[in-house]
Amino acid sequence: MIYADNAATTKMSRTAIDAMLPYLENGFGNPSSLHTIGQRAAEALSQARATIAHCLGCRPDELYFTSGGSEADNQALLSAARAGRARGHTHIISTAFEHHAVLHTLKKLEAEGFQLTLLDVHEDGLITPEQVAQALRPDTCLVTIMYANNEIGTIQPIPEIGALCKEHKVPFHTDAVQAVGHLPIHVKEQNIDMLSLSAHKFHGPKGVGVLYARKGLPLYPLIEGGAQERGKRAGTENLPGIVSMAAALEESCAQMEAEAQRLSALQTQLIDGLSAIPHAALNGHRTRRLPGNVSFCFEGIEGESLLLLLDDRGICASSGSACTSGSLDPSHVLLAIGRPHEVAHGSLRLSLSRHNTQEEVDAMLRDIPPVIQQLRDMSPVWRDLQKGVRSYVIQ
Amino acid sequence: MLYSETVMDHFRHPRNVGIIENADGVGEVGNAKCGDIMKIYLKIDDGQVTDVKFETFGCGSAIASSSMATEMIKGQPVSRLLSLTNKAVVEALNGLPPHKLHCSVLAEEAVKAALKDYYDRNAIPYDPQSLPTTSCESCH
Repeated sequence: MIYADNAATTKMSRTAIDAMLPYLENGFGNPSSLHTIGQRAAEALSQARATIAHCLGCRPDELYFTSGGSEADNQALLSAARAGRARGHTHIISTAFEHHAVLHTLKKLEAEGFQLTLLDVHEDGLITPEQVAQALRPDTCLVTIMYANNEIGTIQPIPEIGALCKEHKVPFHTDAVQAVGHLPIHVKEQNIDMLSLSAHKFHGPKGVGVLYARKGLPLYPLIEGGAQERGKRAGTENLPGIVSMAAALEESCAQMEAEAQRLSALQTQLIDGLSAIPHAALNGHRTRRLPGNVSFCFEGIEGESLLLLLDDRGICASSGSACTSGSLDPSHVLLAIGRPHEVAHGSLRLSLSRHNTQEEVDAMLRDIPPVIQQLRDMSPVWRDLQKGVRSYVIQ
Repeated sequence: MLYSETVMDHFRHPRNVGIIENADGVGEVGNAKCGDIMKIYLKIDDGQVTDVKFETFGCGSAIASSSMATEMIKGQPVSRLLSLTNKAVVEALNGLPPHKLHCSVLAEEAVKAALKDYYDRNAIPYDPQSLPTTSCESCH
């Protein structure tokens, strides 16, 4: 099996599993308990927080453990909106291709009276700081822009946007779920006020994540109850998950530079190889993308059938086709970069991790083109394109 | 698994893929914007479907539904095509997930569109109600 769907989730690393196990066994204490077993748990929690703070370049007391990236996104956005409204500021700037955890929260806020500006991400999947500058208003209460896109992997100019927001005293949040552990992040140097991350995207466990919020920014709990996380997130901490996440992040950060180099080389081979398929186009900027992300559209075929045939050949990938999203529309990300519906249906995302090898890349480059041809051979759309009855969108 | 063994079998080994150059009836339904198009070609001799081929742009269940529908009508009297239902296609496939049922509807519609084309070409009268003009109602 070739697992090339690491943007969906990653295999836990041995380090992350080993870090977790003691806290499923004798280290089972509740960090809120006063006794020895509880206090050992509290100490582990505190160490995990310090490790993650070190990796992100912030203070430990600026981190809040959550159930994952979606919760962190929700809390960041709702908190900034609530604080904004209290001052009469109800304008929010974001982009058209955010993750649904951000977009759906923004839609909810819009229904409550907030005004949204969703920036156009252009065909290369990038926004510019100038676009943000133009969109800023005196009543802007939040700018939220993802660090790197989950489907097409494009990396946004986060430090520059952060500097701009700082200058205008507008809180800046970034959904960095795809970036943390893969790209160098330093929240202070990059002017980030709030950041969301999720452990299972960097070989940690599922169901655990972090919200970083700069000291002094108002934060409101989504979950009421006990005083955990300094009153901002009630509920007994997921200690095995948190400790494991810290170990996974530390490991990913230590390997980051070498791994990014290795993945970029594999990525280049995949992009070059798949570009040789007729009427195929890379989605997103060629170089300003996550080192493991390869996203293509192939004209004349549909993504779900492509995934099923690849799965038969032992390749696990993903697609932004409507059929795989569970809705009738193809990926909002591909539509946002200007792909027409019929082309967006024929998308393929390969996302690599440290577990992928040169041999696997060779195998994918051998197996993917004939599968695409097989589907094109039975596609009436492809026949019409070839006969000139229909015009190619991808030249 | 998302799909039954029968669906996967017809998806992996679709029956009757291709085109018929001198088809007696051709039907195409769906649209590329929605992500599925089915095209069915019929060869009809002496009131019998002597050959049938299909081309499909779509997901696994769309390909399997077209394949199954062609198997169900091959060799049948033309009059029997009118009674083909999407439900029968779903049953023959051992079920489809609820959000994929529209694929079986497209298969039924494609067969009936091809039949309508055959009737129209040969000026054979039919009840328009029994062969409604298809629309992409399952989408958008």
